Amino acid sequence: MKTTMQKKVIVIPCSGIGKALGSVSREATYEVVENLRKGVTDTTCLALITSEDKETLQLVKTNKCITVDGCPLQCAEKNVKLAGGELAASFRVVDTLKENRKLKPKSVTFLDRDGQELASLLAKQVAEKVDELLKK
Amino acid sequence: MVDLPEKKVGIISCSGEACVEGTISRVATRRVLEKLRPEETVTICLPLFLAGGKEERAFAKCYPTITVDGCEKQCAKIATERYSGKPASSIVITDLTGNPGCSRSGRRKLSSGALALAEKAAERIAKEVDQVLDHWR
Repeated sequence: MKTTMQKKVIVIPCSGIGKALGSVSREATYEVVENLRKGVTDTTCLALITSEDKETLQLVKTNKCITVDGCPLQCAEKNVKLAGGELAASFRVVDTLKENRKLKPKSVTFLDRDGQELASLLAKQVAEKVDELLKK
Repeated sequence: MVDLPEKKVGIISCSGEACVEGTISRVATRRVLEKLRPEETVTICLPLFLAGGKEERAFAKCYPTITVDGCEKQCAKIATERYSGKPASSIVITDLTGNPGCSRSGRRKLSSGALALAEKAAERIAKEVDQVLDHWR
């Protein structure tokens, strides 16, 4: 019997290492793929797209992708677009931050409380978008 | 006497989100940047080589670089070589563990064992930084 692999929504954070916003994008992604929408979503290393790994390029071309970028440079979105990936939606941590100005994430390596809260808020927005994409 | 610009080493981590070794590479890199060699090192987000402009792609021409990769796919090394310049040194986390495989579990929150490995990797990176700077002077 021929089996077909179930398609998933691929959530790709920005890999940012210089600022807290990159860490927030990563934490929000983990919250979606490991908790809020476990089973219907997955993630991959953005670096694999940058280094043109064939398997990963195939993954982003054949599944709907949501990018989660920390800063306005939007590396995740740009790399997925350049790879010819199926970009279905894009989020930016800076936008969620503007909506929640009381939060001031500072710590980069391990998120502080504000960073965690911001990631949680963003993860809910991403999860809602996943539902929307899965209905289509 | 002319003041020459201070020499720094660029550390480029793979930041691999999909596996625990990627998290270890990122934590080790941050440890060097923040604690072990804060005055001697700088970093750049790897995907900026594609998303950024000429300035970002000139990174390895401005700084001797050390790439830090989680797994044997060595995305940081490959992308740095392809878009910026040949790294002075390359470190792969799975070489330190002796286990070539990548693991998804624990990628979000490192265990105490993984944190110890990140510390070991950070010390190794710091030694490489010293060697690169010694070679320069």
